[in-house]
Amino acid sequence: MKKDIILAGVGGQGILSIATVIGRAAVANGMYLKQAEVHGMSQRGGDVQSHLRISTEPICSDLIPEGKADLIISVEPMESLRYLPMLHADGWVITNNVPFKNVPDYPSDADLEKAMKSVKNMIAFNADQLAKEIGSPRSANMVILGAAADKLGLPYEEFEKAVAAIFAAKGEDIVSANLKAMASGREQSQK
Amino acid sequence: MQKLLLLGDEAIAQGALDAGISGVYAYPGTPSTEITEYIQHSKKAKEEGIHCTWSANEKTAMEAAVGVSYTGRRALVCMKHVGLNVAADPFTNSAVTGANGGLVYLIADDPSMHSSQDEQDSRSYARFAQIPCMEPSNQQEAYDMIRYAFDLSEKLQTPVLFRVTTRMAHSRSGVELREGRGQNPVKLDPNPKRFILLPANARMLYKELLAKQPEFENRALQDGFNAYQEGSDKKLGIIACGIGYNYLQENFGGKCPHPVLKVSQYPIPRTWVKKITDECDKVLIVEEGYPIYEELIRGYLDASGKILGRLDGTLPRDGELNPNILAKALGLPKTCGEPIPDVVVARPPSLCQGCPHADTYTALNEAMKEYGRGHVFGDIGCYTLGALPPYGAIGSTVDMGASITMAKGAADAGLRPAVAVIGDSTFTHSGMTGLLDAVNDKSPITVIIMDNSTTGMTGGQDSAAFGKIEQICMGLGVEKEHIRVLTPLKNNHDENVRVMKEEIAYQGVSVIVPRRECIQTAVRHAKEAAKAKKA
Repeated sequence: MKKDIILAGVGGQGILSIATVIGRAAVANGMYLKQAEVHGMSQRGGDVQSHLRISTEPICSDLIPEGKADLIISVEPMESLRYLPMLHADGWVITNNVPFKNVPDYPSDADLEKAMKSVKNMIAFNADQLAKEIGSPRSANMVILGAAADKLGLPYEEFEKAVAAIFAAKGEDIVSANLKAMASGREQSQK
Repeated sequence: MQKLLLLGDEAIAQGALDAGISGVYAYPGTPSTEITEYIQHSKKAKEEGIHCTWSANEKTAMEAAVGVSYTGRRALVCMKHVGLNVAADPFTNSAVTGANGGLVYLIADDPSMHSSQDEQDSRSYARFAQIPCMEPSNQQEAYDMIRYAFDLSEKLQTPVLFRVTTRMAHSRSGVELREGRGQNPVKLDPNPKRFILLPANARMLYKELLAKQPEFENRALQDGFNAYQEGSDKKLGIIACGIGYNYLQENFGGKCPHPVLKVSQYPIPRTWVKKITDECDKVLIVEEGYPIYEELIRGYLDASGKILGRLDGTLPRDGELNPNILAKALGLPKTCGEPIPDVVVARPPSLCQGCPHADTYTALNEAMKEYGRGHVFGDIGCYTLGALPPYGAIGSTVDMGASITMAKGAADAGLRPAVAVIGDSTFTHSGMTGLLDAVNDKSPITVIIMDNSTTGMTGGQDSAAFGKIEQICMGLGVEKEHIRVLTPLKNNHDENVRVMKEEIAYQGVSVIVPRRECIQTAVRHAKEAAKAKKA
């Protein structure tokens, strides 16, 4: 089993915490992992992406070749489109649809929606709203991860275990908030 | 042994700890910063008193490390590629002295300039100084090779340059650890002349360095980090350096049908270069950086068409490599997905919400309005983003410290006014000497030292300037009444503009210090304080 995943967002939105959960679940299941991250200048409000590769076989490249990604997981709608050249013809885009507008020429809602509709396989929804509804407004990331969980090739419990392990030090409340966020995203994706 | 999921930088740091270093010496710089940070946070460094505080700049870092090596102990030096320009003096001369305790120079290059002003290839420096160079292709190799580099350094009494590039530094993978070992005892070099580069000694030591060259190449042949992999399709052979090897193998599912010379240690053994060029019709040279070995192997006047690489257009002349660039060079089919929709616009990095520099630039732009463009000289740091809209506040960014010296030169040439904008950490890195020049010449310049009390762009490391800026400026001879401290806040805007105008009008050296903590470190410090209060 092999999954190549592009994680996308804007510097400071915390795409790496999604990567950490998926990575932990993969490694706990004896899989190989390579994950290329962005540090430095772009982290200051610029577009950021991470290449996350998990596989039962050894992985050669730290970067995913164009057209080979199984998934684009994005926490921002325009950013979910930036990496379409990386996506396989049968790949999926899973994204938050709440824009982060820090550039003057950010596209209009209508233009953005039209471009998103033209993507073959896309799950887009308001993850901020879902996160708010379950009472943890800062866990939109985990909502998006939950929406992608069924396409990651590992049993859902493995992600629950990873979340529990990663957030254990922050206390039971944080663990359960993140689990709830993930579950609500998953439910949304199954609608 | 234990297996950890580590960034390349973290694997290097763990490798250095396990190799028994007595200190890491560094100045922050992407993509090298995480190495020193990892050591700073390690239990072993605390327990064993391993030196790991930041140095004022790369030159002071490297010289301190040479001092550690002088005592027989091991030191790691970390910096980004352009940092090695700053440290070039101790770098080249320490190649002549050679090492006593293990001495490894970790240089992190940034091809494609993700966070840099050029993409120089530090392997050139290794050739220039004539010392061995290592270049891992994956995180496990990075971990293993660091210990090897220290051993090589001690065995052959030479500093070793350890080169990584951005993708190696900032990519994560599983790393199996080995048993750690302790530090070396203090033991001075048996040759009392080793570190005295008087011409008479230097001539002797330089001959020693030249005499070591065949052994450097021999180790690269024997010690297992380079490998000749046989292949049945000899129409093409490939020399793949560093992580270029990964991109090559990605295209063949790990089973390249062509002969491959995998290179992770330099100088590249001539025996294998000869073998691959003899047995293959053509040879593709894959280097993540400059076409250094391509040019050597090709020869200056080569027109045979046998050697392929960056110089003949088979690979792009600049920028980092990736699997697709390799696929194209190998004539493999394109795999690109859908194009990027037109609605997607560029999202360049920008100053954070609440950044003190934003308020400083707003005030400075107003104070400078009457003079038109081209009077403000910038420097290297977050505030370089002041060159972009909506500020457009600076007219130059060249190298660390150059804001002050370029402003001085422009003032010498008659530009009035000339203003320099520099960060607190950059000021102590290499702005102080330039300020002394300006004071000695009584140059009419205004230096704005934007003090956010940290090294911001690289993620908020301690600044060597902390709490010292006014004393340093006074010590260098700036008049006390022309050192003005401001608080860059919207509420203080009018007052700050007034002070700036006053000092810009002064026909001598003036210093303005807009001081407010970086918003990122301020948030972090507030969180830490809240946590401490809770506990």
